Amino acid sequence: MKEIFVEEIISAVENLCIEANYNLGSDIMTGFNQALKDERSPLGREVLERLIENAEIAKAERVPMCQDTGMAVIFVSIGQDLHVVGGGLTEAINEGVRRGYDKGYLRKSVVKDPFERVNTGDNTPAVIHYDIVPGDELHLIAAPKGFGSENMGGLKMCKPSEGLEGAMQFVVDTVDRAGGNPCPPIIVGVGVGGTMEKATFLAKKGLLREVGKHNPEERLADIEKELLNRVNRLGIGPQGFGGVTTALAVNLEVYPTHIAGMPVAVNIGCHATRHKEITLQGRACQ
Amino acid sequence: MSEIIRIETPLTQEKLKSLKVGDNVLISGAIYTGRDAAHKKMVEALEGGEDLPFAMKDQIIYFVGPTPAKEGQVIGSAGPTTSGRMDAYSPKLIARGLTGMIGKGLRSPDVIEAMKKHGAVYFGAIGGAGALIAKRIVSAEVIAYPELGPEAVRRLVVEDFPVMVIIDHEGNNLYEIGKAQYRRA
Repeated sequence: MKEIFVEEIISAVENLCIEANYNLGSDIMTGFNQALKDERSPLGREVLERLIENAEIAKAERVPMCQDTGMAVIFVSIGQDLHVVGGGLTEAINEGVRRGYDKGYLRKSVVKDPFERVNTGDNTPAVIHYDIVPGDELHLIAAPKGFGSENMGGLKMCKPSEGLEGAMQFVVDTVDRAGGNPCPPIIVGVGVGGTMEKATFLAKKGLLREVGKHNPEERLADIEKELLNRVNRLGIGPQGFGGVTTALAVNLEVYPTHIAGMPVAVNIGCHATRHKEITLQGRACQ
Repeated sequence: MSEIIRIETPLTQEKLKSLKVGDNVLISGAIYTGRDAAHKKMVEALEGGEDLPFAMKDQIIYFVGPTPAKEGQVIGSAGPTTSGRMDAYSPKLIARGLTGMIGKGLRSPDVIEAMKKHGAVYFGAIGGAGALIAKRIVSAEVIAYPELGPEAVRRLVVEDFPVMVIIDHEGNNLYEIGKAQYRRA
């Protein structure tokens, strides 16, 4: 058994929120550079150059790459042999978000109630996903999510008879409908299986995977490649101005499901799909 | 790549009629910010016969909610938000003389109809390039609805603010033209 103090968690979450918004992942930068070589549309190439320049400015000047600094989505994997001391874990995570969004000059984009729509003023609460795992470490991922892209996702409770082709068609149609709204080139997270909420969770998890890394299972990696190919034939292109780079990656995650169903969820991430992570070690109990 | 066209606000009918879909434009002068909540309030003010935060005639609205400015900055990151959420309100403002909108993403047929009828242009700024775009904003001042925080209406002075004509006053639409050119589905 080990223990960890909430102060350490608060400060880790604070840093992750800031760094995620200032520093675009090198995998996406690599994706931009590759797309610059492949893109046939002159306008599309110009957009890609501006996006690279923007990410470089954000990193050098330590400012948010995008004004939509997102709703904070935090993935927590906590070892079952780790004890959190000094306060509650959920409170600590929200305090970290509060401090990060304040100190990092990030936009406060959360409203308290979806109908009354009054801003909470500190970007809390976060959306927090917990997973209990073996061991005594705490793994945190901060994935601030902008809503230009979040709004364009979708879920379809496909019939099993629709098969793989039906699932793929739903993914392609969802991206097509989104057009330039989600700030292409996009990352497409796809979750298939489980229940309704499990599929959407898997789709979100798909956005956490590095661009350029395929699902380790070969048949799923092949589906990802086919989907990326189809999506990039839609013609939407960077910013929707036309071109062959609509998505940098399609990341598919699957889960066992019920004999009667095949939930298919699509979560779209913009070109500023942000995520930063850290593993915190517990210390021996006092 | 088309040549770069420089325009100064206010955006009169004469100026906007010279702009064609796909044109690269650099805007200088005063523009106004407004997004979801501000649009709702402005349209409610219109319907209630109250004054708007600024006179719409020949003006440009930029759909943006910036991040807070750090010390020494005029404004924080300030890229465009998705314009479609303003579709319910834009036709009413266009009817009052609004001639330009800057945002990103698709617009509804109602908005495009209003643009053709009254004469207005929809410009696209690069979505998600908030750090880059902020450098072209010279000054920013909240002029209405400060309680809305990032959604307050601001008067910005911009210099060579880079945009592209997405939909011109005749309704020609870059999203349709560009997509058709590269579509192989």
